[in-house]
Formats: sequence, structure tokens, C-alpha cells
Amino acid sequence: MKILTRHALTLAIIGLGTAMFSCAPKGPKEAVTGGAASKVYVAPGQYDEFYNIVSGGFNGQIGIYGLPSGRLFRIIPVFSQFPENGYGYSEESKPMLNTSHGYVPWDDLHHIALSVTNGTHDGRWAFANANNTPRVARVDLKTFHTTEIIELPNSGGNHSSPFITENSEYVVAGTRFSIPIGDKTDVPISSYKQNFKGTISFISVDKTSGNMNIAFQLLTPGVNFDLARAGKGPSGGWFFFSCYNTEQAYTLLEVNASQKDKDFIMAVNWKKAEEYIKAGKGKKVKAKYAHNVLDEKTSMTTSTMMEEVLQLDPTELKDVVYFIPCPKSPHGCDTDPTGEFIVGSGKLAALIPVFSFTKIQQAIANNDFEGEFGGIPVIKYESALQGEVKKPGLGPLHTEFDDAGNAYTSFFVSSEIVKWNVKTLEVIDRIPTYYSIGHLCVPGGPTAKPWGKYVIAYNKITKDRYLPTGPELTQSAQLYDISGEKMQLLLDFPTVGEPHYAEAIPASLIQPNSVKFYKIEENAHPYAAKGEKEARVERKGNQVHVYMTAIRSHLTPDNIEGVKVGDDVYFHVTNLEQDWDVPHGFAIKGASNAEILVMPGETQTLKWKPLSTGVFPFYCTDFCSALHQEMQGYIRVSPAGSGVPLKFSTGKVETEATGGN
Amino acid sequence: MVIMKPLNLISRIVIAVSVLSLITAFYVPLWRILLWAPQYPEGLEMKIWINTLSGDVKIISALNHYIGMRHIEVSMFPEFGYMIYILGSIITLGLLTALVAKWRGLAAYFLLLVMTALAALVDFYLWGYDYGHNLNPEAAIKVEGMSYQPPLIGTKVLLNFTAYSGPDLGGWIFIGVGLIIFVVVLYEWRRRK
Repeated sequence: MKILTRHALTLAIIGLGTAMFSCAPKGPKEAVTGGAASKVYVAPGQYDEFYNIVSGGFNGQIGIYGLPSGRLFRIIPVFSQFPENGYGYSEESKPMLNTSHGYVPWDDLHHIALSVTNGTHDGRWAFANANNTPRVARVDLKTFHTTEIIELPNSGGNHSSPFITENSEYVVAGTRFSIPIGDKTDVPISSYKQNFKGTISFISVDKTSGNMNIAFQLLTPGVNFDLARAGKGPSGGWFFFSCYNTEQAYTLLEVNASQKDKDFIMAVNWKKAEEYIKAGKGKKVKAKYAHNVLDEKTSMTTSTMMEEVLQLDPTELKDVVYFIPCPKSPHGCDTDPTGEFIVGSGKLAALIPVFSFTKIQQAIANNDFEGEFGGIPVIKYESALQGEVKKPGLGPLHTEFDDAGNAYTSFFVSSEIVKWNVKTLEVIDRIPTYYSIGHLCVPGGPTAKPWGKYVIAYNKITKDRYLPTGPELTQSAQLYDISGEKMQLLLDFPTVGEPHYAEAIPASLIQPNSVKFYKIEENAHPYAAKGEKEARVERKGNQVHVYMTAIRSHLTPDNIEGVKVGDDVYFHVTNLEQDWDVPHGFAIKGASNAEILVMPGETQTLKWKPLSTGVFPFYCTDFCSALHQEMQGYIRVSPAGSGVPLKFSTGKVETEATGGN
Repeated sequence: MVIMKPLNLISRIVIAVSVLSLITAFYVPLWRILLWAPQYPEGLEMKIWINTLSGDVKIISALNHYIGMRHIEVSMFPEFGYMIYILGSIITLGLLTALVAKWRGLAAYFLLLVMTALAALVDFYLWGYDYGHNLNPEAAIKVEGMSYQPPLIGTKVLLNFTAYSGPDLGGWIFIGVGLIIFVVVLYEWRRRK
């Protein structure tokens, strides 16, 4: 029976594939028409119209690009160490990558959620998920720094994350893997149905500071959660999650989780859940997870290990969670700008179901259920369904919306974007992508107020699109103009890492707030030297603290003696500059840790452990000025137990070397 | 005697009002210096107030130290200690001129205004000369025969920088008041012909 289903599926894919390929890509030679070049040309010194905030996938970072030019401006390290600026290496930033499993230097970042007010981009924060060791990060869009990371207990593979409610009340994090949770976690894998649970974490976001806190976790039956979207407008109090593996398979999911004709969209009445939490229906359970916060005044990150989390069991409260059947392992689960329609994309389906929020509400009111799954009511498919987009393509993954009532769905298998009308459910246009698109992005596409204008494809395969660089090729995105009836390919642009989800936001919402440098008088770092007069070296046991200043073009102190083998030397480098774009770097010979980069007004610390005696050079690594090459110094390391006194200076020329000392 | 005729009432009001407008000069910058370089397309600005400096003074000093110019500090300028008294006296004397309403008083007052302006420019020139010529012999960058005196008024190219010097709001008010008093002087002079 299984074999038969598999053969049928293969046939369906071949059949549909052939049908689709009649309008399939013709390869790189295909002409780009109609003045595409002028549409993406941003003249030297001019600015792009949009920031494109793009997940980096397995590099654990976020890439910041300009649109329509596709130029890469910056890489923001989030869940990975970053050699460019010392993130995750400096003493200040190391705690940001701390977890209940210890220091995790590299994770997998898939999705971006920009903060919204009244369902519209407000340009304050970008949230991102760590997929492997489950976490959610908040990036401040004034500094483009990762300012907070919260770990998620009882989660395995934080894929269904982060998605945000229409006033940034909550960012959610749904577990991909269900896992055994609670006291009994050492159980046979085969006891999945009995012992494995899913969780959805609702992370509250403070309105002013943005600080995150796990408000509560919803317990769910053991399935895989994939993606999600909050409702908006009329559905603003609800959240929708796609889930697959309702077969509850624990091995060879490729086959065993693809058996059922329909999996689920899970609809969560989060306003109701919030009420139950307020009414004390939540249960506090022990859970260990890290909460790491950057204090911009001190540049220091503090990691706090949390002890417990509040959980809500929806099987005990019947009116919080509902399942809606959705064909074939749904991946994307997207709500349209009005909040009325929910688009489920079964990645093995050949149609796109569109559900109606009004109908879902009616079905709930009429008890129009076909049964239960894991104690949760399952709404009848037909009762929730608005309609189906017929024969849209093969392998629908994600849907974004424009400002004119159109939806854009990405198709991995048929490698195309399909434009369809949300009201009529009719396909309007289709255009190939090169190759195998995953996520796509319309500026403001997930919000109540899409900005429209472009759709960007984030592709999984690049192949022949660029000059080859050996087996490892660049990753790629493509920009299309959607201002007309027909979509038009404008530009290919390479990306770092593997782009998954991305958002695009008008530059005008971010550019005016961008911080140029930190005010030195507001620097509250405990080891800051806020002027050359405060520069000094202090010994505490075998710790040597160098309070160093950097200003064009010297380091103070630049001669240090009295350090011994076995000491831990901390270089606390304060950049005294108070000007835009004058960072200083710091590197010392033999540093087994890293280098650091210090922004104007900021203090960063590099720990250095000298292992041998001698005189070690250090210098500024960021070409800061005409005399950058002169910005250097020496530190003398003497044997352990030596009597060389601690001394330090800058610009002091001694008449005679005091050899024996 | 015609010359002894007191000042016209309108002239007196104009003098009093314009002189009183000089009070704003306590609260707005008087002079400004702007600098542009390839690396500073947005420009750097230093504003001179009656008793202090503001703007990108530290950045300008940090850049200037390469060519041996001194750090610009408020304490370099004893003028900041007494300029408020000079301005106070000018306002008081102006009001007195309007009150006493004598032609000779007016003429003397106008002369005083012109002299004060000239003295300020001479003082600024002397400081600029000293600041631009009196360079640290250990400077990292030494250009043969080059000095860096900022322009008195107008623009001047100094190595990679283009410098502009000119009145700011307070300076313009001062110039405006001077012109108004000059017109009053002309008017009163004609009345006496």
C-alpha cells in the first residue's frame, strides 16, 4: 500500500513537472527585458529605497542588503562568532552565545520578524531564530547589534519562529521536533506517541525596551511545527501554525511523515490563552534556559540562567487551540493583509487551500468538528475553507502579499513564483526562478500594510548563475518588479550564507535613527578609560587589567612591562574618538582568542594569555588615519616570579635601557 | 542751532529697538567656521558664541594635531571672559543714546560700534595667525612653507580641507543693527543740512 502511494506520488510529480516545465526556465541565457538595468541602478552616492534584512541560514547571521541594488552593506552576527568585529570573542560579547548547554559558537538562523505597530513596520527591532539550539534573538535596528537572546526550553529545532503579533506583543517559537519534556526525558525513542510533546513558546516583548521574556508555553500533541503567522485586524487575537508529521513518525520521516492526505494548521486563540494565564491556569515547571542581554551603556552582555517556565495545557482548556486539516505536510502558513485569509502551503500538494477566519469562527461556534487529535478539536476542512487555488504549480512553500490584493507563492519543485488574486483565487502570472526558490519577500509582505513594488526570491540552487568558485558556490537571490500586471526579472544578487526568510522595509523607517557613535561620557563600562589620563595598568593577583585608550593615532599606554608568564592579561580598549566611522582595532601577537574592533566611545576587552617570555607587539587593525601604521606598542613578558615592576607609559623616552631590570 | 536739534522720535525708537535686539546675541552663535574634506562631505562646523565654542571642536582638534596645530579649548580665549560685558555695555550705551537723543551722542555711538567690530576682527585675525603659524615642531605632517591660518571671512583651501569663516546668526544681527544705526545716522545728518 505504502509502495503504491509512493509510486503514485512519483508519477504525480513527473506528470505535473512536465506540465509546469512547458513554461519553465530557459536557463541563464534568457533575456532580461525592458530596462531592467535602469530599475536597479543606484548611482554612486545615492541610497537604496529599502533595507532587505535577510537570514543567513547555516551561517547564523543576518545580511543587510539594499534594494533595488542588491548590494550587501553589512553582516550582523547573531548566533555565530564573527571574526570581523570580535562578536562572541570579546569578553563583553561572549555571554551572548551562552546557553544551558554552555557556549554555542555557531547556530542556524532561518527567519526574520520585524517589529510592527498596528500591523505595520515600525523599524525598531528585528527578531531571528536559532534553529539548532533553540533561541530567539532581538537585533536593535538603531545599532544593528544583537542586543538580546533568549533560549527556549522544551524545544527541539526552533523552526516555527520567530513570528510576531500585530503590535509586537508576542514573538512565538514553535518546536520543529517534538521531544520528551518534563522530569522523564530518558525514554525510548519508539515511545514517541506516549512521551513526546510539542511546545509553542509565547515570548512577550516589552513595549519600550523590547526586552523578551517567555510569558508562557503551550503544550501540544507530538508533531512537527513548521512555520506560523499571527492574525491581524479581525484575526489579531489568533495565531496560525503549520504542522506536519501528524503521523507521529520518529524515523524515516521522508516517507513515514508523508502518509496522511492532510496534516494540520493549528489555530491558537492567544488572547484567550493570555486570559487563562492571567486567571492562574498556567503551571510553573522547572526549566533551565539562558537569557542574555546587552547593556549598550557598558557594552557588556549579562547571561542569566532562568529556572522555570509557565505552561498551559490546551487539552484541559478546550477553547484555546483548534486544528484545521491542510493538505500534505503544510510548510508556509500565511495570513493576508486583511487578516481574513490564511494560506496553507502543503509542500507535497498540487493546490493551495485558502482558509477564512470568519468561517473558522463559525465552525467553532457550530461545533463543526470532525473529531479530535491528541485531545484537540479538529475543524472540518470544508467548514474552514474559503477556496482552493487550483493547479498553481508544484511544491508551494511560502506566500507573501502586495498592496493590491495579490498573493505571491513560491514553488520549490517547479522553481517559480506564481501570482494569484486573493479574492478570486485565480492565477494571474507565473515567472521562473533560478533555481528552486525557497522563501520569498515582498516589502511589508507579512504586514497589514505591504509596501509592494518588488518580490525577491531566495533560491536554494545557484548552479550556473555566477562564475563558479569550486564546489562551494555563492547563494543567490533574485529581484522582480511587481508593479505591473506581469512580473519582471530585474536582478540576480549573491548572498552570504543560505538565505531563508527575509523582510524588506523602507529605508526611511531606519536610516534617520541609525546611531553614528557612542557618547564617551555615557560609557559606563567598568574598565573604561574615558581619557588618556585614566589609562593605566593594574594587577590583581595573576590578572593584569590594561585600561587602554585608542585615538588617532596612538594607543595609551603603548609600553607595558611587568607582565609575567602565567598572567591573564585583559586589554580593555576604549576608543576615545567621537566621530562617525572611526573604529579602532586591537590585535596582539600570539592571541589564541581573537582580535577586537572598538566603535567610537565604546570599550571592548580582549583576553590574552602570554605563554612565553619576550617583547610582544600590539597594534591597531582598522586603518584609522594617515598614521595608522604608527599606531602600535610593545608589552614585555617576564618569567613567572620575576621581579620586573609593573610599569606603563606612552611617549616617554628613557635615556638608557635598564638592562638587568 | 540746527546741530543741537534733538534726535527725531522715530530715530530714537529705531535705535532703542535695534539695540535691544542685540540681547539675542547672548543666546545665539556669533560666528561660524566650516570645514570640508574628501572624508568629510557632510562638513565639520565650529560655532563661536559670546562665551563658548560648540560643534565639532574635538574632531577638528584631533585632525589638526597631525599638522602641529594646538587643541582648540575655550580656555585659549580670554575674550570669552569679557565679551558679555562688552556686549552689555554696547546695549546700555545704545539705550542711553536713544534716551539722551543727542546728534553727537549718536555719532559717537556709531563710531563705537564700528570700532568694536573692527577690534573683534583684528582680535580674531591675530588669534588665527597665531593658531595657524605657531605649530608644534614635532608635528607628524610638515609641509614646507605651509601655514594654516584660517580665513578671516570667506573661504580658503588648506591642504585637503576647504575652510569657510563667516558670521552666524548673532553676527548677522550685529551687522544688521550696525546698518540700521548707519541709516539713522544718515537720516539725522540730512535733517541737519
